[in-house]
Amino acid sequence: MDTAVEARPEELYASVIAELLVGARNVAVGMLSPVPGAGALLAAHLSGGQTRLTILGSRAHSRFTNGGAELFDRAGRGGIDAFFLSGGQIDGHGNINLVGTGEYPQTEVRWSGSFGSAYLYYLVPRVVLFRWEHSRRTLVPQVDFISAPGSSPPGVHRPGGPVALITNLCLFDFDRARGRFSLRSVHPDHTLEEVRDQTGFDFDAAPAVPVTPVPDAARLQALRGPVARQMAGIYPAFAERVFGISAG
Amino acid sequence: MFQIPVVGVDELAAQVPDGASLSVQKGDERDVPMALAHALIRRGVRGLHLITLPTAAYPASGMMVDLLIGAGCVDSVETSGISLHELGAAPRFTQAVKAGRLKVLDATCPAVYAGLQAGAKGQPFAPLRGLIGSDLLHHRSDYRVIGNPYAPDDPIVVVPAINVDVAIFHADLADAEGNVWIGRDRDRLLAAHAANRVLVTVDRVLPGCFFDDELRAAGVIPASCIDAIAVVPGAGLPLTADGLLDLAEVRRYQRAAQDDATFEDYLRTEVFARVPQAA
Repeated sequence: MDTAVEARPEELYASVIAELLVGARNVAVGMLSPVPGAGALLAAHLSGGQTRLTILGSRAHSRFTNGGAELFDRAGRGGIDAFFLSGGQIDGHGNINLVGTGEYPQTEVRWSGSFGSAYLYYLVPRVVLFRWEHSRRTLVPQVDFISAPGSSPPGVHRPGGPVALITNLCLFDFDRARGRFSLRSVHPDHTLEEVRDQTGFDFDAAPAVPVTPVPDAARLQALRGPVARQMAGIYPAFAERVFGISAG
Repeated sequence: MFQIPVVGVDELAAQVPDGASLSVQKGDERDVPMALAHALIRRGVRGLHLITLPTAAYPASGMMVDLLIGAGCVDSVETSGISLHELGAAPRFTQAVKAGRLKVLDATCPAVYAGLQAGAKGQPFAPLRGLIGSDLLHHRSDYRVIGNPYAPDDPIVVVPAINVDVAIFHADLADAEGNVWIGRDRDRLLAAHAANRVLVTVDRVLPGCFFDDELRAAGVIPASCIDAIAVVPGAGLPLTADGLLDLAEVRRYQRAAQDDATFEDYLRTEVFARVPQAA
């Protein structure tokens, strides 16, 4: 299919994310999440009004009137169906590290901080993890600092958690009962061997792994039209680089 | 008739003592008082404890906090995230942590809100879901786990109230009484309720009273919550008057903040050389 070669990587990821959001009624997109933002905008576009979005940092995509706390208050009541988290490190148990590598607090590498992860990861039922550098330094056996754990022991209030991890190489599902990732699909032009080489943690994989579906022409049109225009007001540098358009 | 003092931005800065705890907003609205941060640097304030509500990770807020840290004004910061948003890391913050010059109290956003809400109500603490099993909890001796007093076998975290010495923020408009319009953004109202002193910059003052307009009234901080206002057109840079981000300005800062020499140049030309005009 022609569109396979035409789709930019970010468009493929956004399309995968839109699939992961099917059926979600209230989706929130947090900080530093341009690709999830594009995926969520695409999901909302495709849902015909069934999926509502809140994108932090965007006036146009917020219907909150009680300040930044409202997202957390709503999530506490089960009112947010899906959210996105990343990590400088992510390990095979779904633990994420947004703080830094090495010995805390004077870490060798310091990242920006844990944001809402240590709360939303527990409370939002459908958390999609993303990391666009799939390597052994990012996908590690054990994170150096747990900003938020992938699972919690019995007795800890935890209705939410991870469902999937998307990278620049592949898509994993997360099995909460077993606390393990399993490979769902490998992106076009990549292989299972490459995924194994570049992953620092153990994961499950069927002998024959499907190829991640590429966005069709209609999806690409939506991404490059209405989605791109909305992204320009939220993530201007991203919209400039990926879609070649600027704000204002 | 203005009910609170209207001062110049350097006089506003003079009201922030060395060693003060200072809250700053998250920067998704035009709430970042960049001109006041410049004035604080000019006055040479030292030993600040910053609390970001709950992050400084949009370009404007990240840039302002990074600038204050780089200029040596800050000893410690409580935050859930500091960055220049999609442009990347906050260079001076990152460097200060690695050098061990900045103490960071790592938090998570709803814990900051819970602490503020407790502080705004005059209560000692607030309970919060999540956090159990996070290393944040291990490193915050002030966060505790208690048993839910109303249900068996239900551990829950409690966080202490946050009451800062001074809240600083920017807003587009004040009215003739000194009421400040914030629109939908309740974070600044929460910050004002939780702070012991509230210092505000605004672009403009409109005649009349915002409370006379029912459609506007819900988005107003009453003058009674505010201690002083400076009228500084354009104080909310790098967000322009129409709320758009001046991306080139943030990129210029980001480049300058990469090393000590270019950062010093930036301070000299952009901060010390810019003596404000009286409003």
